[in-house]
Amino acid sequence: MALGFFNRLKAGLSRSTQKLSDGITGAFTRRKLDDAALEELEETLIAADLGTEVAARVIAAFRRTRFGREVTDEEVKTALAGEIAEILAPVARPLEIDPAHKPFVVLVVGVNGTGKTTTIGKLAQHYAEAGLRPMLVAGDTFRAAAVEQLQIWGQRTSAPVIAGAANADAAGLAFEALTRAAAEGADVVLIDTAGRLHNKSVLMEELRKIIRVIRKHDPSAPHATLLVLDATTGQNAIQQVRVFKEMVDITGLIVTKLDGSARGGIVVALAEAFGLPVHAVGVGEQAADLRPFDAEDYARGLVGT
Amino acid sequence: MFEALSDKLSGVFDRLRGRGTLGEADVAEALREVRLALLDADVALPVVRDFIARVRERAVGAEVLESVTPGQQIVKIVNDALVEQLGGAGAVPVNLNAAAPIPILMVGLQGSGKTTTAGKLGLRIQTRERRRVLLASLDTQRPAAQLQLQQLGERAGVTSLPIVAGQTPVEIARRALDTARREVFDVVILDTAGRLSIDAALMDEVRAIRDVAAPAETLLVVDAMTGQDAVNTARAFNEALGVTGIVLTRMDGDARGGAALSMRAVTGAPIKLAGTGEKLEALEDFHPERVAGRILGLGDVVGLVEKASETLDEQEAERIAARIAKGKFDLEDYAAQLRQISKMGSLSSILGMLPGAGKLKAQIDDSKLDTAILKRQAAIIGSMTRAERRAPDIIKASRKKRIAAGSGTSVQDVNRLLKQFDDMSTMMKRMNKLGQKGLMRHGLAALMPKGGAPMGGGRRPF
Repeated sequence: MALGFFNRLKAGLSRSTQKLSDGITGAFTRRKLDDAALEELEETLIAADLGTEVAARVIAAFRRTRFGREVTDEEVKTALAGEIAEILAPVARPLEIDPAHKPFVVLVVGVNGTGKTTTIGKLAQHYAEAGLRPMLVAGDTFRAAAVEQLQIWGQRTSAPVIAGAANADAAGLAFEALTRAAAEGADVVLIDTAGRLHNKSVLMEELRKIIRVIRKHDPSAPHATLLVLDATTGQNAIQQVRVFKEMVDITGLIVTKLDGSARGGIVVALAEAFGLPVHAVGVGEQAADLRPFDAEDYARGLVGT
Repeated sequence: MFEALSDKLSGVFDRLRGRGTLGEADVAEALREVRLALLDADVALPVVRDFIARVRERAVGAEVLESVTPGQQIVKIVNDALVEQLGGAGAVPVNLNAAAPIPILMVGLQGSGKTTTAGKLGLRIQTRERRRVLLASLDTQRPAAQLQLQQLGERAGVTSLPIVAGQTPVEIARRALDTARREVFDVVILDTAGRLSIDAALMDEVRAIRDVAAPAETLLVVDAMTGQDAVNTARAFNEALGVTGIVLTRMDGDARGGAALSMRAVTGAPIKLAGTGEKLEALEDFHPERVAGRILGLGDVVGLVEKASETLDEQEAERIAARIAKGKFDLEDYAAQLRQISKMGSLSSILGMLPGAGKLKAQIDDSKLDTAILKRQAAIIGSMTRAERRAPDIIKASRKKRIAAGSGTSVQDVNRLLKQFDDMSTMMKRMNKLGQKGLMRHGLAALMPKGGAPMGGGRRPF
């Protein structure tokens, strides 16, 4: 391949990405909201991972109410954030621990590397601070040192960690943990699982087995099945949520790594497509870095106010 | 959404059949579809823009070859440009042309797969290149990260640097290089903590590590599912460190992997390796031509063949394929297929890999044919007589009652199965027809390999 082509492409890139990083600010300082302006706005949304379809729908709604007006930068951002916050508001629901279930069983699932173990550590801290007694279950018996990683979180948060041998059966371990949780009076049991790609049917089946076995102990469990989603994920997140929902009936999402440059726009597409609650967002590696999901904050973050 | 690009384009170009060259307006219309396909595949917006501009230049005025439609011609131009931009044909090896010990630095965001990749890469270099490898984790951030690499090393039979608590990453890097010199290792793989590109302190730290280690390779490890942020991450890491190669992980997922294009475009660094599974051996050369097809929604045909050949009974598949080709697909074949499909994984993921199967996949989704139903369907077919399976038309009311009772289902279930079988036969016929047109040739043929002529690696999926 000709190097010239490549260099030209790179030059072009730095130009257009520069423009993009200026974001809406550059594009909308007092100007008429015409087709070109709306198109740029739509592209800003696409660049935040909303996806082409959802971005088009948001902009279409925006166009109906505001087309042709003279607008300032600030107005556009606020209005657009409002539009998106409306989509997100119904899914901004915290995870309620129902004391009727003792222990309240939370199964944490997701693809590899999204931050399941870290999120469990943070949740344990959160519940301990709320005066509950969490118990952690090291159900990722596959990945090297996943058990040790969770054990360190257990030490940090003074929560007991139930662990088995390497490559032990995660379902059996979960069952054992529930028996112990009941005996020791734990309020919340947080079950970690190995990361798995949603298109691997054998691994997904394994997850279903964990649930079947948990139900032998408590037919109403798990009381919450949380999918941990990496905010840097693109459009594949839709397929991820679809398959996990189909296979293990996830009840809510936790979105991680929002402290980075990814804006997590895929959450808007997910809210539209599935309406699953987003319980919390992860914004760092420390125990305290788990925040409630706030529709308006999130929307403002997306459009860059 | 994942309808194949070529399907859409042939829609755009249906009325243009037979024209000599591609006109500007036609190209513009087609490129709108290409733009959407690229964005849906997570190629970053600025990269899409520049790419489209390049393709437009090439496409306007291009001759449409006799044997193809204008839509196919555009897809070919786009595909060629994609392959080119992803690095052209063939793989770029990891650079081991340096004085031993050769330092290789692994960097990337949290959870992108650095540690697993470090273990896999160690094993690969040790077995393929016959070099002695030392693994060293500089990740003092994530709990048990160093232990993870150590355990991976044990599993892979690759030596790892003993863990010393309390050392800083730079100190560990120094110790790793000293150890490697003293104990005569050829290659030192330095795994680092995951870091966000906007975390100034951690980016400074990794720069300091780079200065100490002077790596022959700085590999940026990126998740294939990454969205638009791929450009930001790639640019930040490249500006801070000078990335020399990219590793794309989780290519065994069903993400279309547009991040590959974004990363390559922003850094100019070649994509050298692809992570393709949980096993330590699952680290492969990166094949631009496969990923190009995947990004365009043309299907990862080679990947499908590989997946199929792992799990399918080839002779059985061949027999069914022959029967489909003859239009003799009956319920016995259907039952045999159900068994094979449940072995391979969910229908959606298989169809997602097939070129041109977007619409078929939608039909299947509509008819609610999921893996859970497959078992019940197998039971229903099991309760039929051989004559019924071969000629489902003879199944009327009383036979249906008997079959339902025999399989523990209801007459409605039997009806549903027969309806689905009908739909399926129609689809099969359609797939065959498409096959003759060329679009599906490699798809179905690849799913059911015939004797000595399976897919050639370098053939394009259209």
